[in-house]
Amino acid sequence: MSTNRVMIAGSGGQGIILMGKLLAYVAMEEGKEVTFLPSYGAEMRGGTANCSVIISDRPISCPVVHKADIVVVMNQPSFEKFESAVEPGGSLFLNSTLIKDPVTRTDIEIYKVDANKLAEDAGIGRSANIVMLGAIVRQTGIVKIENVTKALKKEFSGKKVVYLDANLLAFQAWKTG
Amino acid sequence: MAERVLMKGNEAFAEAAIRGGCRFYVGYPITPQSEIPEFMSHELPKRGGTFIQAESELGTINMSYGIGCAGGNVFISSASPGIALMQEGFSFLCSAEVPLVAMNVSRSGAGIGGIQPGQCDYNQVTRGGGNGDYHIPVFAPSTMQDAVDIIYESFEIADRYRNPVMILADGMMGQMMEPVVLPEPKTLYKDEADIANYKPWALTGSKGKANRNRIKSYHAHPAELEQYIDYLYEKYMRMEKELQRAESYHTDDAEIVFVAYGSMARIVREVLEVLRKDGIKAGMIRPISLWPFPTAPFEALNPEVTKVVISAEMSKGQMIPDIRLALKDRIPVKLFSRTGGIIPSTEEIVAFVKTLRKELK
Repeated sequence: MSTNRVMIAGSGGQGIILMGKLLAYVAMEEGKEVTFLPSYGAEMRGGTANCSVIISDRPISCPVVHKADIVVVMNQPSFEKFESAVEPGGSLFLNSTLIKDPVTRTDIEIYKVDANKLAEDAGIGRSANIVMLGAIVRQTGIVKIENVTKALKKEFSGKKVVYLDANLLAFQAWKTG
Repeated sequence: MAERVLMKGNEAFAEAAIRGGCRFYVGYPITPQSEIPEFMSHELPKRGGTFIQAESELGTINMSYGIGCAGGNVFISSASPGIALMQEGFSFLCSAEVPLVAMNVSRSGAGIGGIQPGQCDYNQVTRGGGNGDYHIPVFAPSTMQDAVDIIYESFEIADRYRNPVMILADGMMGQMMEPVVLPEPKTLYKDEADIANYKPWALTGSKGKANRNRIKSYHAHPAELEQYIDYLYEKYMRMEKELQRAESYHTDDAEIVFVAYGSMARIVREVLEVLRKDGIKAGMIRPISLWPFPTAPFEALNPEVTKVVISAEMSKGQMIPDIRLALKDRIPVKLFSRTGGIIPSTEEIVAFVKTLRKELK
């Protein structure tokens, strides 16, 4: 019996919602119970965006996440807002390309992912979110790597198929913290 | 088991409506339900239906009145202030016995309020803001699957009673994603020609017949109007008896019984687990129909066992009068409430219960 609470935050346009949806979708395909809840309101490109995903072996009562065991922050403002949302003993994944401030918490695991840089190296600068997704999945095992690969092939199909190879590279770009 | 699909609430609501027999959708965008008209605009025409973007909520309800008179199965959706604008129309549809399925994906606060989830439209949907003696059955799903199942069924309920049916959800349910199993599409009428068979009262064209169908809201003579109101009253009393729905969770031995619907009921379900682990016997009644308010589970509560009932709402005690009536005031009722778009955490409800128990001792 386990329940994972994940919070993903960044700026509008960074692919925050897609990361959350992919995680939720893959977990559902693995037979888990899942919920996905985006922030909503006067959202716009460049504004803030966040979403919460819960993955569990049991029915999920409430999709709202106040404290998460995995927190992902993709830019400086989300780091400031959500560093405190990590459960003690939980993991903080931060996009070190854009976040330069030191982490003050000492009771959590910290993974610095140079996401924008790694995405550019993979040939697709916009896919910092997919680099980060790779880091989370590889580090936490929250879902199976091969199932995310399958989901990426589904996501990047049809007209978007031209982006598939670069995204698969981006997904594998982060090796270790 | 049928295939589970991951869908956003608003899209699942729209898909369930199409599968349940919706052939017309009329709507006007408003957060947090705009994905419903968006989804309908590209899906409904592909499935043999008609999508209409109205110029306003007044347009929405009044075009739907017309479609309903002609026998079309129509679905509309909006959010709190949008539903407020439609109230005159609901009164007309009820008085003219025109079926329709409406959905309120509710927001928070009065007036323009806020766009985050709330439950403060309880009185609006259960009492209505239109004139006259009328009632609209209101169903309040708490999970995506509940919502899909009740929307799917609602077209038949609306047609059975020739009356609008309201589904009350909230912004959280509209925006979240959760796996659902979608029911098989059903056909209520095959084509326009078939509407006359399915709804013999509908205005499908007189075709030269002497006894033409008439649908009207106006009755000039008091005696005639009173007779008509009595006829509708008898129907509402039948609906009140036949449409009560609720679920009870661990109420038999519960010293504390929550009453919660919609998103709040999801949270309370977890609260019950936490309280029971701490040795506090807590249960919940989840009204599924808000009008008619389900009385049977309240009659079943024993005041020797249940010491307090808590109305857990994202509104300011709007449900309490219904609870007190159903309980016949045999057990005291307290309010747990968060408003303004704030969704309470399990921990704060647990803390509320622990404080309340100390006060009661």
